[in-house]
Amino acid sequence: MKILVGIKRVVDYNVRIRVKSDGSGVDTDGVKMSINPFDEIALEEALRIREAGLAEEVIVVSMGGNECQQQLRTGLAMGADRAIQVNTGDKLQPLTIARAFLKLVEKEQPGLVLLGKQAIDDDNSQTAQMLAALWDRPQATFASGMSLSGDTATVVREVDAGLETIEVDLPAVVSVDLRLNEPRFVKLPDIMKAKRKPLDVIGMDELGVTAENDLQISHYTPPPARGKGIMVEDAAQLVAELKNRGLV
Amino acid sequence: MSRTLIIAEHDGKNLNPSTAKCASCATALDQAFDIIVMGTSVSDVASQAAAIDGADTVYCVDAEQLANPLATNHAAEVVAMADSYSHILGPSTTYGRDLMPRIAALLGVNQVSDISAVEGPYHFKRPIYAGNAIVDVHAPESAKLVATVRVASWKAADDSGNAPVESRSASATVSPNTRYIKLESGGGERPDLQTAARVIAGGRALASKENFNLIYELADLIGAGAGASRAAVDADYCPNDMQVGQTGKIISPDLYMAFGISGAIQHITGIKDAGTIVAVNKDADAPIFEVADIGLVADLFTVIPELKQLLA
Repeated sequence: MKILVGIKRVVDYNVRIRVKSDGSGVDTDGVKMSINPFDEIALEEALRIREAGLAEEVIVVSMGGNECQQQLRTGLAMGADRAIQVNTGDKLQPLTIARAFLKLVEKEQPGLVLLGKQAIDDDNSQTAQMLAALWDRPQATFASGMSLSGDTATVVREVDAGLETIEVDLPAVVSVDLRLNEPRFVKLPDIMKAKRKPLDVIGMDELGVTAENDLQISHYTPPPARGKGIMVEDAAQLVAELKNRGLV
Repeated sequence: MSRTLIIAEHDGKNLNPSTAKCASCATALDQAFDIIVMGTSVSDVASQAAAIDGADTVYCVDAEQLANPLATNHAAEVVAMADSYSHILGPSTTYGRDLMPRIAALLGVNQVSDISAVEGPYHFKRPIYAGNAIVDVHAPESAKLVATVRVASWKAADDSGNAPVESRSASATVSPNTRYIKLESGGGERPDLQTAARVIAGGRALASKENFNLIYELADLIGAGAGASRAAVDADYCPNDMQVGQTGKIISPDLYMAFGISGAIQHITGIKDAGTIVAVNKDADAPIFEVADIGLVADLFTVIPELKQLLA
């Protein structure tokens, strides 16, 4: 079985985001970029499945300009067998990404596609569900536990009401949540080895996918700031203040 | 054909308040709206939906394959009804976030996530980057609009309505390749985090599962929901459904009290819409104090017992 893993290049989760003063976007000049943390967890899960002998090959995929090869190399250093960059200069929306992914799925015939549950930049949380829909296969989103047995996957999902368990027939799309695993650290020899692993570049146009019905995103603004608060000295003052404001 | 369909969320017995919040968003679109309730034996839920102010018709689709909230089956049913609607709205809860993108893809449209404000029928505001930027989103008017409504940004519509309930038989084919096994609920009888007027939350500083009882006791004393930071959930001090933040629950209570939570950006995202934020932390430099309306630099293990006495 092959596993396809999607990884997105995003502003590192530790970076404090600044909106550009002209409202045209978010400042990314000289900012640290990383693999979307959820995607890193997806890749770690794929590697563990392969290491358990349940898959033969792990392929990492990223869509964007050549800068995303950096994240693909990191994925290869973590242990992926090969990488595919879908090359495009456009800013992609989830439906287009899902359509392009479907083309790769048709070509590679994976038994499992693992994706992060959301990217920490756009916070959309859509691509996995859209791919599953277009592929007409099951989806298991927000996975915090999973096990494979034959042609089925049992997935524990983090939902608002608690932990939901579902069973899906493979092939399927699974989107992963934070508590599924802790991704491994990359060691220097692995970085060297990763340079020799195959990284194929396919143009988005070669896949025959064009964006349709795109949303127009504009007028980036910082969120409204909260007013300055007060400090109290002890529990009694705190309770008095809460009572003053009619909160208890 | 300007008309909105709202997907009702429920647990088989009770309608989730997220549905009435979607109704407020639909009203802001200045459009008539219907509500679809999917499940088995959900006539009670349909009656609750019928009470939502402004609803035209509640469609009740009662079928075995809709018993559990499986996106594959629910999406197919919604798509079968989609022809009559220009807009389809669902909540930004895990149910809606699982379901709505599947509907959007089947209809060949992009989805607007987390509508926090409506500027026009195809013009919205939403937060990105964990709430650190707000953007305007214009969706194409030539296509159907599928969106999730950011529940923390909307007040629930009133429940003085009396819409007719119409039963419909399921029309979509069932997908046999996804099977529901079970739901393990972490929380007890405390108010639901996403709708509670007050929330008491604890962080890593609680240091153990046993100590988290302090949070529960204080919460129960004032009828509050109980929440937690990611660090506390990761450390297994409390169940996952208590996590508040970018990747947990986004909440908007009147009162939020954080004990021993340092206030990572990802956590702040989840509480920004709270009416009053109270922070109690030993570390005077903890970032939570930057957003707190009332701050107290002190040891939570001293403060919580004192609060319990003062509020008893």
